[in-house]
Amino acid sequence: MAWFKKEKTPKQAPPEERRLQMPEGLWVKCENCREIVYKREVARNANVCPKCNYHFRISARERLEALLDEGFYEEFDTGIAPVDALEFVDTKKYADRIADYQGRTGLKDALISCRGTIGGYPVVVAVMEYGFMGGSMGSVVGEKVTRCVERCLEERSALVVISCSGGARMQEGALSLMQMAKISAALARLDEAGLPFVSILTDPTTGGVTASYAMLGDLNIAEPKALIGFAGPRVIEQTIRQKLPVGFQRSEFLVEHGMLDFIVERSQMREALISCFKFLMGVPAPSAVPVPAADVREG
Amino acid sequence: MAEQDGFEAAILDLERRIESLSGMGEDLGIRRQREKLERELEETRARVFASLTPWQKTLVARHPKRPYTLDYVRHLVEEFVEIHGDRRYSDDPAIVSGFGLFRGDPVAVIGHQKGRDTKEKIYRNFGMPRPEGYRKALRVMRLAEKFGRPILTFIDTPGAYPGIGAEERGQAEAIAHNLREMAKLRVPVIVTVTGEGGSGGALAIGVGNRVNILEFAVYSVISPEGCAAILWRDASRNREAAGAMRITAAELLALDVVDEIVPEAPGGAHSDPARQAAIVGDVLARQLQDLRRLEGGELIAQRFERFRKLGRFTETLP
Ligand SMILES: [Zn+2]
Repeated sequence: MAWFKKEKTPKQAPPEERRLQMPEGLWVKCENCREIVYKREVARNANVCPKCNYHFRISARERLEALLDEGFYEEFDTGIAPVDALEFVDTKKYADRIADYQGRTGLKDALISCRGTIGGYPVVVAVMEYGFMGGSMGSVVGEKVTRCVERCLEERSALVVISCSGGARMQEGALSLMQMAKISAALARLDEAGLPFVSILTDPTTGGVTASYAMLGDLNIAEPKALIGFAGPRVIEQTIRQKLPVGFQRSEFLVEHGMLDFIVERSQMREALISCFKFLMGVPAPSAVPVPAADVREG
Repeated sequence: MAEQDGFEAAILDLERRIESLSGMGEDLGIRRQREKLERELEETRARVFASLTPWQKTLVARHPKRPYTLDYVRHLVEEFVEIHGDRRYSDDPAIVSGFGLFRGDPVAVIGHQKGRDTKEKIYRNFGMPRPEGYRKALRVMRLAEKFGRPILTFIDTPGAYPGIGAEERGQAEAIAHNLREMAKLRVPVIVTVTGEGGSGGALAIGVGNRVNILEFAVYSVISPEGCAAILWRDASRNREAAGAMRITAAELLALDVVDEIVPEAPGGAHSDPARQAAIVGDVLARQLQDLRRLEGGELIAQRFERFRKLGRFTETLP
C-alpha cells in the first residue's frame, strides 16, 4: 500500500455524493476492507469486493439488468419530473440541485419503475437511484411507487421494490413525508388483494423509506452488511451520547432482531427471487406478458 | 420561551404589571390603570401572534405550557379510561391511549404525551415514542374498529425516539405498519396536530379522514434544527430551515397536507387551555358528524383519496 499516497483529507462531499459508485480507473479501494482491488475483478463479481464481500453501490439500471429476464425491462412513467413546490433554497436552490442531478444521472428523479419478468413471473419493479440526491424520496418517488402498486393491482403482477435511500427529501417538506402515507395506503390495497410484494433493502435504506414501503414487504430481503434503520447512526449517537456497537443497524443485526426475512448475496438475488415467487405465485410461472417491441429497452 | 426568542417579552411584561396591581385595592385610579393595561395586553398579544415567524411558531408549538393530549382529554372526554401496553413488549408513556365519552358518544383517543416537569419529561421521553408506543396505538385503533368507535388522535412529538433499543425493536417497521394499517380502518379517524408534528413519528398516528392543525402548530419532515444541520451543516440556521420547509399551518393547508386550521386562543393555546380545548372540541364534533354518514368502505376510500392526491410534480406524456 506504500504507493497509494494518502492525500490530505479533502473537504468531505455531502453524504449523498460520497462513494456513489466505483470511481474511474483500473484499481479501486474497497470502502470496507481498505484493500486495493482490481476493478475488473470487482465488476466480474457482481460489484462485490472479492476480498471481503463488500457490496459496492450500483446504479438502478445495473440492478435491473442483473435481475430481469434477459436484462429486458419496459420502463414507465418516465415523464414524471420533480417541481420545486416550496421554492426551497438552502446553500443552493432546490431547482438547481434537481437540474444538476438530472444532468449527472440522466434520470428525472431518484427512481426507475418498469415491468418485466423474472424467471417468467410477471413483475413490476421500482428501483431507487442513490446517485440522484441520495435516493431521497419526494413527490416523484412517491407517485411512481404508488403507480407501480396500482399497476400490480390492474395486471395482477408481483411488486418488487429495491430501496437505496437516505429517506425523505427535505426540500419537498411535508409533501415528502406524506408520500410515506400515500404509498403505504396503496400497499394496503395490494395486501388486501393478496398480491405479492417483495422488498429488497440495499445499502443504505434509512429514514422515511424504511419507515414506510421498505419494511412492508410480504418478504423483506437485504443485501449483506447494508445499513438499514429508522434514525441515522449519527443522530442516535448524538442523542444517547455513546458510540454505537460494531454492526449496529447492518443487515445481519436486523435479521438477528427479527426485522428481516433473510440476507442474499447480490449474485444470488435473482435466483432467490425466483424461489420466492414459486411460493408466492405458484409453479410453474405464468407465461410472461408479451411486451410491445417499440417499448422494449435494452438495459 | 422569552429567553429563547424574546417575542413574548412584551406580553410577559404586561402580565407582570397587571399582576402587580392586584391587591392594591379597587379605587378608580387603580381600576382604570388595570383596564388600560389589559387592553394593551390584548392588543399586544394580537399584534405579536399575528406576525410570528415560522421559527417563532415552532417555539409556540413547543411551549412548555402548551396543552398536551391529556389536557384535551381532561376538557373534552368524560369517563376517560386510559389503557396501556402493546401486548408485545411494554407500555410506552410517550403515547397515551384510551376511551371515553366525547359529547356523549364513545370514542377512542390516542396521542403523544410530553411531560411538564423534569421528572415527567423523562418519564414521557419528551414525547418521543418507541416502537411499542406505535404498536399500542394500533392495538387501540383496532379495538375501536372492532366496536365501531371513531378514533381521535392528537399529534405532538419531536419525532420517534432515535435510540438503540428502538432500532432493535423495529422503529421503522412499527411506523410503516401503522401507516398501512391505518389506511384499512373502517371507522372515522380524525387527526389533530396540536403542537409539533415531528416527521414519521407524528405521521404514524396521522393517517386520518380529516387532518387538522392548530394555528401555531407545525408539521414537518424533519425538525428545523435537523434540516439546518444537514443542508446548511449548521444547526444554528434553524430559522432559515423553518421558513424553507413550509411547516406552518397556512402553508400546509395550501399544500393540502392539512384540511383545516383550528384557531388558537388569543396569545396561543397555552394562554387558555380550557378555551382551546373547547375550540378543538367544536371542530371535532362537526367533523365526526360528517364522517358518521359514511360506511366503513367509504371511510377507507375517502382516506385513501385524501392521501393519494398529495405531492407536486409535472408530467409530460411520451
Ligand atoms: Zn473489501
